Amino acid sequence: MFLLQSPVRLLPEQASTISGEVDALYFYLWGVSAVMTLLVAIVAAFFVIKYRRRAPDEIPRQIAGSMKLETLWSVIPFIIMLTFFGWGLKLYFTMYRMPKDAMEISVVGKQWMWKFQHPTGQREINELHVPIGQKIKLIMTTEDVIHALSIPDFRIKSDVVPGRYTAIWFEATKTGRYHLFCTEYCGTNHSGMGGFVEVMERNEYEAWLSGNLNAVSPIVAGEGHFNSLGCVSCHSAGGAGGRCPTLAGIFGKQQPLADGGNVTVDEAYIRESILNPSAKIVAGYSNIMPTYQGQVSEEQLLQLVSYIKSLSPAASNGIQTTAPARENNPSTGVASPSGQGTTNPDSLRSNPLAPTNPNAEAGRGAGSTRANDAASPGSSRPNSSSSGGNQPRRENQ
Amino acid sequence: MATQTLNHADAHHDAAHDEEHHPGLAHHFDNMEQQRDSGTLGMWVFLVTEIMFFGGMFLAYMLFRASNPNEFAAGSYQLDVLLGGINTAVLIGSSLTMALAVFFAQTGNKSLLVLFLLATILLGFVFLGIKAVEYGTKFSHGTIPGRNFKVEHKKMEEYEEHHHGDAAANVDPARLQMFFVIYFMLTGVHALHMIIGIGVMSVLVFFALRNRYSPEYHSHIELAGLYWHFVDIVWIFLFPLLYLIGRH
Amino acid sequence: MSSINSPFDKPFEQPVDSPGGRMRPVPAERNYLNADYSVRSWLLTKDHKRIALLYLFSVSFFFFIGSIYAMLIRLELLTPKGDLVQAATYNKLFTHHGIIMIFLFLIPSIPAILGNFLVPLMIGAKDLAFPKINLLSWYLYMIGAVIVSSAIMIGGVDTGWYFYVPYSSNFSNTYVTLAGLGIFVLGFSSILTGLNFIVTTHTMRAPGMTWFRLPLFIWSHYATSLIMLLGTPVIAITLLLLVFERTFHVGIFDPTIGGDPVLFQHLFWFYSHPAVYIMLLPGMAIISEIIATFSRKNIFGYKFVAFSSIAIAVFGFLVWGHHLFSSSQSVFAGMIFSFISFAVAVPSAIKVFNWTATLFRGSISYDTPMLYALGYIGLFAIGGLTGLFLASLGMDVHLTDTYFVVAHFHYVMVGGTLLAYLGGIHYWWPKITGRLYPEGWGRFSALIVFVGFNLTFFPQFLLGFLGMPRRYHAYPPEYQVLNVLSSAGASILAIGFTIPLIYLLWSLRYGPKATDDPWMATGLEWRTSSPPPTENFVETPIVTWEAYEFAPQETMKVVGKLTPDDKPDRSSYSGN
Repeated sequence: MFLLQSPVRLLPEQASTISGEVDALYFYLWGVSAVMTLLVAIVAAFFVIKYRRRAPDEIPRQIAGSMKLETLWSVIPFIIMLTFFGWGLKLYFTMYRMPKDAMEISVVGKQWMWKFQHPTGQREINELHVPIGQKIKLIMTTEDVIHALSIPDFRIKSDVVPGRYTAIWFEATKTGRYHLFCTEYCGTNHSGMGGFVEVMERNEYEAWLSGNLNAVSPIVAGEGHFNSLGCVSCHSAGGAGGRCPTLAGIFGKQQPLADGGNVTVDEAYIRESILNPSAKIVAGYSNIMPTYQGQVSEEQLLQLVSYIKSLSPAASNGIQTTAPARENNPSTGVASPSGQGTTNPDSLRSNPLAPTNPNAEAGRGAGSTRANDAASPGSSRPNSSSSGGNQPRRENQ
Repeated sequence: MATQTLNHADAHHDAAHDEEHHPGLAHHFDNMEQQRDSGTLGMWVFLVTEIMFFGGMFLAYMLFRASNPNEFAAGSYQLDVLLGGINTAVLIGSSLTMALAVFFAQTGNKSLLVLFLLATILLGFVFLGIKAVEYGTKFSHGTIPGRNFKVEHKKMEEYEEHHHGDAAANVDPARLQMFFVIYFMLTGVHALHMIIGIGVMSVLVFFALRNRYSPEYHSHIELAGLYWHFVDIVWIFLFPLLYLIGRH
Repeated sequence: MSSINSPFDKPFEQPVDSPGGRMRPVPAERNYLNADYSVRSWLLTKDHKRIALLYLFSVSFFFFIGSIYAMLIRLELLTPKGDLVQAATYNKLFTHHGIIMIFLFLIPSIPAILGNFLVPLMIGAKDLAFPKINLLSWYLYMIGAVIVSSAIMIGGVDTGWYFYVPYSSNFSNTYVTLAGLGIFVLGFSSILTGLNFIVTTHTMRAPGMTWFRLPLFIWSHYATSLIMLLGTPVIAITLLLLVFERTFHVGIFDPTIGGDPVLFQHLFWFYSHPAVYIMLLPGMAIISEIIATFSRKNIFGYKFVAFSSIAIAVFGFLVWGHHLFSSSQSVFAGMIFSFISFAVAVPSAIKVFNWTATLFRGSISYDTPMLYALGYIGLFAIGGLTGLFLASLGMDVHLTDTYFVVAHFHYVMVGGTLLAYLGGIHYWWPKITGRLYPEGWGRFSALIVFVGFNLTFFPQFLLGFLGMPRRYHAYPPEYQVLNVLSSAGASILAIGFTIPLIYLLWSLRYGPKATDDPWMATGLEWRTSSPPPTENFVETPIVTWEAYEFAPQETMKVVGKLTPDDKPDRSSYSGN
């Protein structure tokens, strides 16, 4: 809160593990730029004054050029620039190579809000509460146009593209409230699409989590969709072979394809397999799966992905927090319109390897997600729940 | 070296003087050769921009065919390969008549020049007519990209029978649209080039009838020929890429 | 047969002794301006000089319209709250500012005005190779401008000048299709200009005007034309695909049918990054001419400067991906694009160093064009170096889509191209109009522009590093101080642009008559009268001297290997 009270700021807060190094590169770049600019400016100023015209008709002695100098001032700047390149590349790898032990928060952008869901199921809009000293990975997509999530004090940013998953990570090092912006122009209220990241001490975060109602973890919600959409009838989650490839233990692995290639099972591949099953068919299976394009929202997709990831405990990340999600809300599942699929998740999970997330048992399927959604201000807008770009157009041309 | 340049320049200039009264020589050129070189270079440069223009769409074609091979094959199967084949023949024929028109312009045979220009125009119209029939069929089946996109079921069943038992033959109808988006963009822009070509050719016929052209001065015809051949070549790429990939 | 044997001879005037000992010819009676006064003679002219003036009026008009949008933007940003205009209006303001300044001003400005006027004059031709196509390109410009203006007037566009899908294709309910078609037409105008320059440079050079005797202005315009020809068709087809998608509600950028919105960004930047060099290279062209003339030195390392233009044009096509470092592009692609982006900085650096070296032991005067050129070198250096911040991958992630980027490209586009344009207009004003502008006012306004510019855009670097995003209608209050500074600078900048408008118009009537070569420059354009006759030269010039040959070759100090083989007769040379 202190930050917002100060009227003038010239430098952003260093509030994440990478911000120090980004700033170091920034000042290095300014240092070199200042030296180069001053060098040119001082030399030019010196020449301009020293060799000013003294007689209207004077013709100076001509100089053709110098190979040595040309080489010198091509090669030296290039070498300096290679340091910019190398350092920038190293930072880039740090920023976009996802840590294994991160807590995953799913992010869905839509005009003009950010929706977050914590691994324990808590949802937030335009506010993100995170614990200090914990690596946090944001898995992001959008329901409508391209957005970009930027937290300047953490020095991170990534576009959020319809039809794709993008990810960034950070680890906050300082408690406080930091700006969260959308930095890719997304329409009328673009500058209003933002909010704050609240970095809290661990125990405060836990307290905050437990104070939040209606939380169903994305894994449980995903399992609910898995049942209600009928995926379970074919992809038996337990690993007993059906007509379709089993989903247990596949995440992060290489999967042989019918056309001879291989694919690494990641978030994007799971998403593609739901929306466009014929794109990459696993070797030994035929293409009998219908597309679920238009039947699942981006948030439901993210929950399905979480669920399928949870079936591969070796590869799934350390997303458990010790905070208990709300368990005392049994009525939501029953009230849900898609409640027919909400059988007890335990009965379906015959895979002994499946993680026993303490929160997973508590949920009652997709229904609570829906109910929660309806409460959010976002769903009051029409078209918001359909995925992709098929919204009715509002053009008057 | 300087003296050589000077001599050369003098020769250049004298040559210009001899030809100065040719009615086709624009005021700012020194001689006919310079004028012809400029025109030819200009047309080639223009064709390079055309390659870039079509290049963007060919790039899109490559990307999306790579990611949706089944849908592209199925989409291709729905095109009428017979009509496409006839059109290919028509266009190759029009390239021949165009080349003959250029030849008769060079030899100064006015009546044959006009005849072959007219033949080229006629073949151009035949091409567009056949194209219109193909478009019409697609319209009547509703195979037009957009919210009301419909798959032509008869063709789809035929295609699936053709690939009986092939796991890869399951086609996502939403993605089938991508093929037709690219089909209509590519053939539409190509047809637009044909229409422009026919317009240019009509003007040339008009000029030829008014005796504008002679063996010394006929670069308009040559340039129009370059353009026409280019449009043909684009079709030579389009035909197999759009019509033939579903038939193996 | 020709009487022009050296740059110091005047072909068709009776010489009059001037105090400086230089030949000062009496202007020719007939020139391109007074050849015919009818409106028809202007609207149907095939004279490249008159077409250049048509462009001058129309392009300057749109520059002032674009500037008004800029002022409104800066006015809105004075306060953190969006209180002057509504968010939807603000989005239209910056979109219109971008579209007008880029497509209607920056891209055509230098090539279509000064390039059109000077390319034939500098190579000793009577006109461009295709005068009718040249006129057609102006009409296409006007048609495109009318379409874009009508889109703006009936409701405007709010997508940003870069029309990113899916916002532009499926969400915006403004006049995107109309604006897209307008830009499509403007693209053809640009293609035809580039085509004309390429062919003219190849086939219309005067006898003796070899490639390495060409002024660097021509080299830069040749490189610019290459970009116009190879890049513009790609934006044309991209916009056509966008229009298709808006019309049919489905298209290749639509993810629901397997399309890819990021493909649009690739196609768009494949043109639009090289387009930056369409705006930049002609500015460099002008700076080379001005630096040489006002220090009376041949450009240091002529061939390096010449080839650096071509190198920029070629490399410029390989770096578009650096606009997508944070757009879910693969890390590997980012690495390649970052590396090439650094490589493209080398030829730009070569130019800056060679210009500076040209000043060494020169005879430097402080005329208005030179002040602009010196300002250009400084501002372009900052603009170029801050570009390296953005080419550096890890740094770009923080800075992209913030005001840092806004500041960077305004340093390059305004501090670079616009200053060069103003310098060029002043430099060739005597040739174009036959009149001299008031020198004192010229220097004064150059100073005002320089100060105003830095005050406007330097604070934006700081804002960007703080994290203020671009295209924000309202912003957090802690960014206000820097925004106020920037808006204050913008008003000074506006004054700096208004002063030249007034005195240049004034000089048309009251300015002293210019001599053929008021600066003692070397280019062929100064070897004809001011203003030039319709045919440019009474006789086709024959070139026997090198570019920027202020003194005979024998006296040239040779440091490198740039000695020309031939030693032309310098008997007519009368300098010291």
